Amino acid sequence: MPRRRGLSAAGAVIAAVFLAPYLVMLVGALKTRAEILRVPPTYLPADPSPGNFVTMWGTPETPLPQNLLSSVVISVCATALVLAAALPAAYYTARFRFRLRLPFLLLVLVTQLLQPTVLAAGLFREFAVLGLLDTWAAMILVNAAFNLSFAVWILHSFFSAVPRELEEAAWLDGCGRLGALRRIMLPLARPGIVTTVIFTFIACWNEFAASLVVLSSADKVPLTVALTRFVGQYDAAWQYVFAVSLVGILPVVVLFALIERHLVSGLTAGGVK
Amino acid sequence: MRRSLAALPCLAPCLGLIGGVVLFPAGYMVYTSFRRISEFGVDTGPAGLGNFVAVFGRAELPRVLANTAVWVAGVVGLTLVLSLALGQFLHQRFPGRRAVRLALVVPWAASVVMTSTVFVYGLDPFYGIITHALVDVGLADPGTGPLKTPLSAFLWAMGVGVFVSVPFTTYVVLAGLATIPRDILEAATMDGAGRLAAYRSVVFPMLRPALAVAAIINVINVFNSLPILRTMTGALPGYDADTTTSLTFKLIQADRQVDTASALSVVNFLVIAAVIAGYLRVARPMRED
Repeated sequence: MPRRRGLSAAGAVIAAVFLAPYLVMLVGALKTRAEILRVPPTYLPADPSPGNFVTMWGTPETPLPQNLLSSVVISVCATALVLAAALPAAYYTARFRFRLRLPFLLLVLVTQLLQPTVLAAGLFREFAVLGLLDTWAAMILVNAAFNLSFAVWILHSFFSAVPRELEEAAWLDGCGRLGALRRIMLPLARPGIVTTVIFTFIACWNEFAASLVVLSSADKVPLTVALTRFVGQYDAAWQYVFAVSLVGILPVVVLFALIERHLVSGLTAGGVK
Repeated sequence: MRRSLAALPCLAPCLGLIGGVVLFPAGYMVYTSFRRISEFGVDTGPAGLGNFVAVFGRAELPRVLANTAVWVAGVVGLTLVLSLALGQFLHQRFPGRRAVRLALVVPWAASVVMTSTVFVYGLDPFYGIITHALVDVGLADPGTGPLKTPLSAFLWAMGVGVFVSVPFTTYVVLAGLATIPRDILEAATMDGAGRLAAYRSVVFPMLRPALAVAAIINVINVFNSLPILRTMTGALPGYDADTTTSLTFKLIQADRQVDTASALSVVNFLVIAAVIAGYLRVARPMRED
């Protein structure tokens, strides 16, 4: 079928456009410092070598192992905190009716409008007063709070979709409320929970603006901020920039691809309802 | 009321986080915008409207506001148009469609700082690989660096803004298209309407709610976007390529003026709230006709 072949060809071009910057990264990460700064540049490395992926962990620009640890600790703790706060709220608002239910859900939605960028000055002042500037704890709180609304809304819609009768049947069969929650609700809402976890984790992993003002020590900043330390006013270690970027991007792309099917229905559900 | 109290244990963690890390800093920022804060962070007393006068008295402000309007309208508008087309394209069945959709996920998942840094390298006048490619195909002269002058740097930054916003928006369009029953579409084309007319009278109105969500989320994200401008135009002297968001960060970090920055942030917030309210009023995205 020529028409479909034409579509496939156009699709290949589109895919190439969206992958191009990341191919530039890959090619750059395989070049030596001398080669990446050569004028005029070469498109492909003359002698591709993965050496940068080894040496980047011990460069003077930034303590990369600590930066990776920061990214992991902040993202994992913030994701856990989001889940701990969002799960009970989403379940309760999906199953019970009370007067402040809608105001609560709207409050959660409004926080979606506020971003750490617009509140940066306020967050900076607050953490200065609390003595939490330049701590992981501050960034864990920031990431958790600003990713809460997506988590509450998507979990709320997944819990609402589980028929009430299923839960009630479980009670009749002798499960308590908690038993039904554990055996019926959580397993049925698992796609929603997985989506929430992955989406939150990626958002925390990529966070930049708040980390920039809250964290200042070279060994506390996450990968996103550490990356900028390789690019100076007069000199840049591009080979490391790209090697670090690939290490930062690859895991989240894989995670994202896993939830690709669920993501949009969740996003639009959260926004429209 | 009693039932709302019973809900409290389940809602308390959420309320604590929202209160402590969103609402409190928001209120504290408004308070700070009326205080004088020394560069070491010491509150030295009330400032009245002084910080707002300082914000509106800054010589670069008109330019920065104009930049912000161009930035938000340009990036969001172009993103929506491209995503509508791309969504329509990816809605059709063809071999390899899944692979194309997965390729689209990469810029969405990747950190925006990392993506824009590639362009900073690629557009270097001497060793940049994009500049080199442009010279090779005759679109640029050797030794030109698009990021060295504010206007072209700002336009390239807008391009990167579109690039990182299109994937999410396309997925929202795809989700919207998936809700349109095929028989409605077929009926529209059977009535003798051409493909374009069918799209305008049937598909587009049904996409309206999805587009509204995409537009609002994009406006918020693009308005608040820092990483692209910080990496691509941040090294330029002056404020010719700044938006109100990147100016706020320069005030906090380079000038250590947290009080003026707070006043500017309050203005930012009012602007974004007005833009969204205006959009909801004019576009009336939720209407059913």
